[in-house]
Amino acid sequence: MLKLTAIWLTHLLPGLLVTIFGIFLLQAVIALPAQPVGLTTEVQRELPNSGVTNPVTAVLLNFRGYDTLLEIAVLLLAVVAVWSLHVVPLRTGHARYVAETPVLAHLVRLLAPVMILVAGYITWIGSARPGGAFQGGSVLAAAMVLLLLASMIGIRPRQRWPLRVVAVLGLAVFVVIAGGTLVVGNQFLEYPRNQAYALMLVLESVLTISIGGTLALLFFGAIPETASFETMNDEG
Amino acid sequence: MSQFQIYGLASVLIFSIGLYGFIVHPHLVRKILAMNIMSSGIFLLLVSAARRDMHAIPDPVPHAMVLTGIVVSVSMTAFALALTRRVVAATGVAALLWMDAPVEAAPIAARNDEHSRDLDRVADPVAADRDDIHLSV
Repeated sequence: MLKLTAIWLTHLLPGLLVTIFGIFLLQAVIALPAQPVGLTTEVQRELPNSGVTNPVTAVLLNFRGYDTLLEIAVLLLAVVAVWSLHVVPLRTGHARYVAETPVLAHLVRLLAPVMILVAGYITWIGSARPGGAFQGGSVLAAAMVLLLLASMIGIRPRQRWPLRVVAVLGLAVFVVIAGGTLVVGNQFLEYPRNQAYALMLVLESVLTISIGGTLALLFFGAIPETASFETMNDEG
Repeated sequence: MSQFQIYGLASVLIFSIGLYGFIVHPHLVRKILAMNIMSSGIFLLLVSAARRDMHAIPDPVPHAMVLTGIVVSVSMTAFALALTRRVVAATGVAALLWMDAPVEAAPIAARNDEHSRDLDRVADPVAADRDDIHLSV
């Protein structure tokens, strides 16, 4: 009897409440008008002025650039918060974490160069097609995590500043460009028409490296014991 | 039933499953997984809501919002996982402890004393990981 009450309280009651909540949510979703009142026409009208032809990239880096600026700040904040928790870093190349199979090592050797190339391509194509800094950065981060897991690169005791530079780079360049738009007399993050493409390309490239590095740093879940990526062949 | 309504139904279902899991499971990693399932439901809704009219160009603004949301959700997940490891290092259990935890009270208290002496000298994460498997629901 006691057990039944416990299950009722811990599982059935939340299930019932969530179901009711879900029904209300569903009603709200179904009630959305079939003809959306969006910003499609505004974006399409201003697209020729944005410097790029992919509307999503134009929204991310030009029309609503401050969203992306704050998002990079959130990413940096996550690294700072994780580093301030003093948890034990992941020991890469340690037998307890990595199954030492030849398959992983060979696969990573084949994949890593292709992944870095793909990361660059995805970032580059972002001006015209789906792609951009975030997609490219996550491919780059995946390549780095694979390399770390296969012990192809490791982190060794040295200064911590290269890691800090990677983590801060994206936000720093973004803030400099945003400040520059104010200096030349435009609105905050309002790029000059002629330089819009060049500025966004620089921004995208820097963001790709910074996002890729930051995500790989977050994978450690702590301050890496050391500072610079280097080969770990001599550690066996 | 239009295409958007199918996507809408699916996203509400995914969100509700995540919400249920978030409430029901005490294990912190399960809660983090549940939060990610919830955000997947929200992203699905935003992406599909951007193209309710199948003959029109999809609205790029919700798509950009989803991209931003994914990065924020990744940051949140990373921080939550680090916090979980800190909780495990400090208490030995991957759940939030309650004062009146009935069954596990004694061993947890013992572990607590053992760890509270040197809270900053963090415990071995692998050993801690193995311990939290024993956490009963």
